[in-house]
Amino acid sequence: MRYSFLQLLKQGLSGQTGWPPAWRSPEPKRSYDAVIVGGGGHGLAAAYYLARVHGMRRVAVLERGWLGGGNTGRNTTIVRSNYFFPESARIYDFALRLYEGLSKELNFNIMLSQRGVLNLAHSEHDMELMARSVNAMLVNGIAVELLDAKQVRAEVPLLNFGPGARYPIHGGFVQRRGGIARHDAVAWGYARGADSLGVDIIQNCEVTGFRIEGGRVQGIETSRGAIAAGAVGLSVAGHSGVLAGLAGFRLPIQSYALQAMVSEPLKPMLNTVVMSPATGMYVSQSDKGELVFGGGLDLYPSYAQRGNLPVEQTVVAGLLEMFPAFRRLKLLRQWAGIVDVCWDYSPIIGPAPVDGMYLNCGWGTGGFKAIPAGGWLMAHLLATGRHHDISAPFDLSRFTTGRLIDEAAGAAIAH
Amino acid sequence: MLLIPCPWCGPRSEPEFQFGGEPATRPVPAAEVSDAAWGAYLYVRSNEKGPHRELWCHAGGCGQWFLMERDTVTHAVLRTHKPGAAA
Repeated sequence: MRYSFLQLLKQGLSGQTGWPPAWRSPEPKRSYDAVIVGGGGHGLAAAYYLARVHGMRRVAVLERGWLGGGNTGRNTTIVRSNYFFPESARIYDFALRLYEGLSKELNFNIMLSQRGVLNLAHSEHDMELMARSVNAMLVNGIAVELLDAKQVRAEVPLLNFGPGARYPIHGGFVQRRGGIARHDAVAWGYARGADSLGVDIIQNCEVTGFRIEGGRVQGIETSRGAIAAGAVGLSVAGHSGVLAGLAGFRLPIQSYALQAMVSEPLKPMLNTVVMSPATGMYVSQSDKGELVFGGGLDLYPSYAQRGNLPVEQTVVAGLLEMFPAFRRLKLLRQWAGIVDVCWDYSPIIGPAPVDGMYLNCGWGTGGFKAIPAGGWLMAHLLATGRHHDISAPFDLSRFTTGRLIDEAAGAAIAH
Repeated sequence: MLLIPCPWCGPRSEPEFQFGGEPATRPVPAAEVSDAAWGAYLYVRSNEKGPHRELWCHAGGCGQWFLMERDTVTHAVLRTHKPGAAA
């Protein structure tokens, strides 16, 4: 069913009883041309683009839990493409451009709000490094603006400009096209779009093994039976290492907990996303009025979807240092997702060491903003068996050749 | 918050410690190590879900390195021991 104002009116008049489910819950078939493991944003987007761009219809998405129940539903919903290296700028801006047209494309409101992403500088040295980053981004074709302290104060007057500020603000830079989107809607919109094109989305279906013959993947063993597959895509974020283990290889990835939290709701008072590498935190205000904020990774590898206290204290202290006015707020909720961190803080997209199997992982702390691109590029790999130009630099082989795309410094902060 | 038994100092709280990664053995001799083996040594980790062998440093205490077995799902510290002690 196409969502529209007329449909809303019609359903309203009939007591909201005629809405069909947004996607089916089919039984798994015995075989598919392509199977994507992981029903988060990346996996669902891959399925959607496989059907829409490449015309493949015998496609399934397998999800152990429920759609968007992992990192897609746990992130802080920030989208941006302000990256240092050309390869990164290309892939993240491709994602942002797709995000800009996504509500219309999917006929599903993802509530994209391009309210800008402001990064702060807290010393003259920060400002010099920031000017260098801004220059690199401009060369990459990403529109960003360097701001002095006065301009930052005009944009976000609530920031701590007091004489006692532990981290005085010297300036910052902003990407106006950055912002936030509704994370669940991204997963649901792609799921609905893929389903309407014939993709089978199978939830509560855990992958327990792979059938590999002659170095090529033939099928998948699942908690709901064996499924033959022409090609297999893995989009499972923090559990990439676990699935790689089932397929008999290892990855240059470590899984960490990344936590985030929300405050009680407030009236509108913060109209942009603010990031501060020095205080190790970032914050935005959701449409419901809650402050959504987070910081860096927890301190050691983890598969537990909860954050530890020392990092939570650091993040909250950073928030209060930057916004003293938030001191009396109550924390409403705190949680964590398991993120797959590569050494260079760039993703791995490309063929796996097993023929017919493809990887989309290693997004670490920043996978949400990349969902449309990750899905698009995975679909290209599954359909053609070859890299798209944009994904080629992110091949697994860079950990042998040494040609890393080191955004650890460029990205500056977890997000 | 973890309570970590430092093999030298006894139980201390997590903020005193620094995680040092999975132990890995440097392949030698350097001239004969392939790119793939060197890349694997530098970057590839077991990343176990469950019991996990790790190096830790009591950075805010005695400054010594030690080995720890820790469950990455429950965060339970299973045991710690000095390097070189029977694994």
